[in-house]
Amino acid sequence: MAKHVVLVEDETNIAEAIRFLLGREGWRVETLANGSTAVDVIRNANPDLVILDVMLPGKSGFEILRDLRADPVFVDLPILMLTARGQARDREMAETAGVSRFMTKPFSNGEMLDAVRALTATTPTTP
Amino acid sequence: MSREALTGSRIRERRVMAGQKQADLATEIGISASYLNLIEHNRRRIGGKLLLNISAALGVEPTALTEGAEVALISTLREAADEAGLTGPEVTRADEFAGRFPGWADVLASTQRRIATLVRTIETLTDRLAHDPHLAASMHELLTTAAAIRSTASILADTKTLEPEWRDRFHINIDQDSRRLADSAQALVRYLEADPDTTPAASSPQEEVEAFLEAHRFRFAMLEEAGHDDSAIEGLAQAAPELQSAAARHIARDVLHQVARDADALPIKQLSAAVQEFGPDPMLLAQHCRQPVGRVLRRMAAMPELRAGLLVCDRSGTVIFRKSVDGFAVPRFGACCPLWPLFSVLGHPGLVVRERLEQLGRGHSEFDCIATSEVQSAPGYNMQPLVQSVMLILPAQGPAAQKLDVGSTCRICPRDHCPARREPSILNGGV
Repeated sequence: MAKHVVLVEDETNIAEAIRFLLGREGWRVETLANGSTAVDVIRNANPDLVILDVMLPGKSGFEILRDLRADPVFVDLPILMLTARGQARDREMAETAGVSRFMTKPFSNGEMLDAVRALTATTPTTP
Repeated sequence: MSREALTGSRIRERRVMAGQKQADLATEIGISASYLNLIEHNRRRIGGKLLLNISAALGVEPTALTEGAEVALISTLREAADEAGLTGPEVTRADEFAGRFPGWADVLASTQRRIATLVRTIETLTDRLAHDPHLAASMHELLTTAAAIRSTASILADTKTLEPEWRDRFHINIDQDSRRLADSAQALVRYLEADPDTTPAASSPQEEVEAFLEAHRFRFAMLEEAGHDDSAIEGLAQAAPELQSAAARHIARDVLHQVARDADALPIKQLSAAVQEFGPDPMLLAQHCRQPVGRVLRRMAAMPELRAGLLVCDRSGTVIFRKSVDGFAVPRFGACCPLWPLFSVLGHPGLVVRERLEQLGRGHSEFDCIATSEVQSAPGYNMQPLVQSVMLILPAQGPAAQKLDVGSTCRICPRDHCPARREPSILNGGV
């Protein structure tokens, strides 16, 4: 069965590009443009990977990250964060909140795919 | 050593500057040379007639001997010394320096003040992404659009066999995003180019607004007569040479709209007549004119004959409007004294506080301060209202049962054991 990723990104064209790239790698991509329902959607989907934008309408990526990490089920879930503000403070905040990998926009497709592969290489595939 | 205790030193300085011998001055004022010597070394307190005689003989005002140079000047000099890391016995001799070389002391003090302004400007500029929300938002927009284009373009370039539907889809996306990128890049350049001209580094928008209001003596006959007139307000804001920056014009417009609303509701003629009848008591005037106290306070500040100052702060305690009055200093940068009624009413909309205040460390002037806080935002269910507080500063009338000692800002406030102190005063240990 295909690996499942939940992508929370409000920029539709970025979301579309990522959906295409990961789709070709055999991922099933579920996209969400709003932060407020993200935690519930992820809880129901129980995905193999989450890709999170920082600036989202409704609820910020940091809040979603904190909520997920507070749940024992998602302590080890690989979470890749994307942000357009590459400031040290953002990175620190994300690392404290338990991000698996942090990436600044504009990223290259290759970098992003490498990160996704590295993050999910160690996770056992869902049967 | 306290400032009064240095009277002797000042007498000695003045005498030496005048080239007069100690014995000659002593003879002239009818005391022994050894007694004058004790006075000059601050070993005898001096006052009354003897002080008047000495000042007459030296040809100076008695206060020049008892008070020396302005306290504000001294504190600025001490600040300069503090920042330059001056140590040793000279640290305590700012007073002497200002007394002997008033011109040089002024030069040093104004240089010090200019440095403070420039440091603030530099701080704002260095961390511009953090201080300038408009710039931060523009950069975010640029990076986001660039990310979308980069990702999409490299899919088009790298994917050898791309289905036509996907290819068309991505071409449309790139077209959209590249236009968006061009627009936001242009907007950013316009913003950055316009900035140096519209924001003179040396002054803040608030200062420009105060200069503008000062030039009009806080009174706008046009708005008093015509009532609320948007085009008149726009004309005033555009024509004012004092309003250099867009930010200052924005603030001035808000102020003028408030003036126009107040003038409509409570014309200055009506208020003047009421002041004649009831005296300058904002509470009585508010009751008589059936107007909110905040409005009465703002209107009273527009009556030059009352010689009143006015301060307005928002819910964060930031002073957003000031009409200065001699003897009541409001710091340009940094935080004000938290004991002012302006701040004590903040959490209590509708409460009116009246207090006799003396601001320590300056000319010992007393003021009657009346402050109230009023709701500023339109009401909504379950919403904390935005409030503004207004404080009128009236020169004190008659005696008061109680007096509150306040400061300007902690750094230059001499009040001992103040429960509200945030940082040590540079005046402690006596100027």
